[in-house]
Amino acid sequence: METAIQNTEPKKKNYLNADYGVMSWLLTTDHKRIALLYLGSITLFFFLGGFFAMLIRLELLTPAGDLVLSDTYNKLFTMHGVVMIFLFLIPSIPAVFGNFLVPMMIGAKDLAFPKLNLASWYLYMAGAGFIMYAILTGGLDTGWTFYTPYSTTYSNTNVVSAAIGVFIVGFSSIFTGLNIMVTVHRMRAPGLTWQRLPLFIWAHYATSVIMVLGTPVLAITIVLVALERIFHFGIFDARLGGDPLLFQHLFWFYSHPAVYIMILPSMAVISEVIACFSRKRPFGYNFIAMSSVAIAVLGFLVWAHHMFVAGISTYAAMIFSLLTFFVAIPSAVKVFNWTATLYKGSITFETPMLYAFAFIGLFTIGGLTGVFLGAVGIDLHVTDTYFVVAHFHYVMVGGGVTGFLCALHFWWPKMTGKMYPESFAKLSAVLVFLGFNLTFFPQFLLGYMGMPRRYHAYPPEFQVLNVLSTAGASILAVGFLLPMIYLAWSLRYGKDAGPNPYRAAGLEWQTVSPPTTFNFEETPVVTWEAYNYDEIDGTTKGVEVAG
Amino acid sequence: MAGHVDALYFALVAMAAFFTFLVSALILYFAIRYRKERSPQATQIHGSTALELIWTGIPLGIVMIIFVWSSIIFFMQTRPPKGAMEVYTVGKQWMWKFQHTEGQREINELHVPSGRDVRMIMTSQDVIHSFYVPAFRIKADVLPGRYTSTWFHATTPGRYHLFCAEYCGTQHSGMIGEVVVMEPADYDRWAAGGVDGSLASSGEKTFQQYGCSMCHRGDAAGRGPNLVGVFGHPVLLDDGRTVTADESYVRESILNPGAKIASGFKNIMPTFEGQLSEEEVIGLVAYVKALGNGTANLPIPVSEPNSGDYPLAPKAESSAAKSDKTATPPAKTEPAKPAAKQ
Repeated sequence: METAIQNTEPKKKNYLNADYGVMSWLLTTDHKRIALLYLGSITLFFFLGGFFAMLIRLELLTPAGDLVLSDTYNKLFTMHGVVMIFLFLIPSIPAVFGNFLVPMMIGAKDLAFPKLNLASWYLYMAGAGFIMYAILTGGLDTGWTFYTPYSTTYSNTNVVSAAIGVFIVGFSSIFTGLNIMVTVHRMRAPGLTWQRLPLFIWAHYATSVIMVLGTPVLAITIVLVALERIFHFGIFDARLGGDPLLFQHLFWFYSHPAVYIMILPSMAVISEVIACFSRKRPFGYNFIAMSSVAIAVLGFLVWAHHMFVAGISTYAAMIFSLLTFFVAIPSAVKVFNWTATLYKGSITFETPMLYAFAFIGLFTIGGLTGVFLGAVGIDLHVTDTYFVVAHFHYVMVGGGVTGFLCALHFWWPKMTGKMYPESFAKLSAVLVFLGFNLTFFPQFLLGYMGMPRRYHAYPPEFQVLNVLSTAGASILAVGFLLPMIYLAWSLRYGKDAGPNPYRAAGLEWQTVSPPTTFNFEETPVVTWEAYNYDEIDGTTKGVEVAG
Repeated sequence: MAGHVDALYFALVAMAAFFTFLVSALILYFAIRYRKERSPQATQIHGSTALELIWTGIPLGIVMIIFVWSSIIFFMQTRPPKGAMEVYTVGKQWMWKFQHTEGQREINELHVPSGRDVRMIMTSQDVIHSFYVPAFRIKADVLPGRYTSTWFHATTPGRYHLFCAEYCGTQHSGMIGEVVVMEPADYDRWAAGGVDGSLASSGEKTFQQYGCSMCHRGDAAGRGPNLVGVFGHPVLLDDGRTVTADESYVRESILNPGAKIASGFKNIMPTFEGQLSEEEVIGLVAYVKALGNGTANLPIPVSEPNSGDYPLAPKAESSAAKSDKTATPPAKTEPAKPAAKQ
């Protein structure tokens, strides 16, 4: 990536050509370079997880379990989940775009703890190493949820190695969260009050709180799993005097908020992009900002909605059902506010905006089907079926990955100084949207018909919908591969972007592209509200554009 | 029940479709109406508290309606009606074992009558499974070390899918079966055919075989509580609490007797953890239940040779203690090995 940049006869020093050589990357403390290290790593794991997904979809083309053995199939869906969640989705936007943009958006030179930031990437890679080791030494077959006592007593795969990997990756996420929180508190440019922060920052702040408060619980849980598996301490296994439901409580206490780690940053991106391409301050700034905080808080109070059929008491189930309905509200508020932002805007349809539209549509479906699952009476029927699979893919892929691609296109010019080819990018956005819906919409129907998830073979009446889903997955795969090609192409042949190709608001656009190592020539002083599109578009004061 | 679930489901589909189309239509309309060509200059609007309250309040109202509606259904789903017939279920990697109170045992096939309430009392021998019959819109996890339950009321005779819905290892997708719903008369014929005694009577044999009757006597002189009339009633514990003697309490009292001591008795009963198979425990539970409603009596505390054996219990699962056919409590033998490590 960096070589291509170097070849374009650098006129000015920027963060990419400030230093050369492998060590200048491996030992960098520049938040932007660390963001690129993360970008490279998570992209690799995204395609690895996608490869597992393709094998799953191919197996499910036919009702019989004929492509791979059932043990292999169980490993495929486990590794798909583990890689996509722990190695792609959780770090994706916060560790790449949060890392890159939080200091720039608040007018800082770097994050508060640059070395901790680098350490976070090394921890991530070390954890990924343990997970890869588990995959290469026979795979993992517990499901990404590591349910006990299967994971602690019955699985014959390398659970401990994968558990160590997840444990370590958790700390990288804690470090990132801590860094972002402290940075937002301590390093805002003069004049940049909390009320003037971009919504991107608000959502990342909320995400960081979840990372710092939730991840330690996962770490403890994983340690307990390892202790029971290695030393047979009776914690979760009923035979040893433990309680299998205790594991589920602990696991979901982290893993439900983790869903918001995956979706809040995407919401952060959408707020920026919608504002930019409708040339408006987002409708209801305060409500969008506070809904992020509300999601972070309420997100910690709904974990047992994953356990309605697990054997919890009737009243516990009802209380968690009620709280689950509450957490749906702030998400709905965001969707309505984004929609209202379009009203009386001046809308253009660049690629990031297409992804933002796709996000709103897909996330709306994902969120509304969450209401189905929160309704206990329905959940009893559709939980652990393809309905759930469809629901969380609508949220995590339709929301999370779409938001990631949206961010990747929106800030690509800032990160690389180059424009991506617009028509190819639009084509891939359309392919992703169509392919995604064809892949996952049929799964809602499958789930309601009763097809359980994690099934290697299935009754023949489910085949038609499974074939549609697999067909959609191949379109989706093309949609994901295309950006790899044209973005790489753009590094060498793309048009120079200039500092602010979209005339966007936000401090990150007021410096050169790619930025210099310390982001700003001098610390900016903020005298305007966020999203001052009226000023940028020339009716009033106007904003200085440096570079 | 399926009708209630489907009614709510389709109401939710309508709600979801309405909001999806509302949001999509608005986005589409705004995108066309306010595209740059027609709307070269954006009008800045900072927000509207009234609108925010409306679109917070309306969804909140809607989800509260859904909450109440779905909770009513949930109550029906989790509260079995009184007098439901009971089927005991043991899940193991990777099969379903059913025991009818009449004495019938079956694997991966569950015969039930139409038009009657059927309550499933379930446990697992190894990992977590989940009992799922899509046609009945019910699902309940099956856990090791405790009983969970669910119930259904089949209306139409036929054969319905039974799935394991909680991932349980290699043959998870092979842990399937069928629920065979029969006309009540056919079912009664089926249930009566070729069994040598009810589930409670096989529990009674276990009760004697393990010497339970030495202490749990039919008179007041026993070292353990007299079990006649206990089941389904409150039991006063020695720490002053009161529990209802349900299936879980009986099970716990057999496998972990020290956990809840009935008032007036000493903590002297040995644990039978690892010595009884889940099927034997179920037999005992059924027997204690029969003692509770007067359909069985406590035997006289005299040992008698045990003639009955378990027709369907796989040999590998029977504990070492099982071959011990004397009436004295068996010496503690090696604990049962995890069945999945075979």
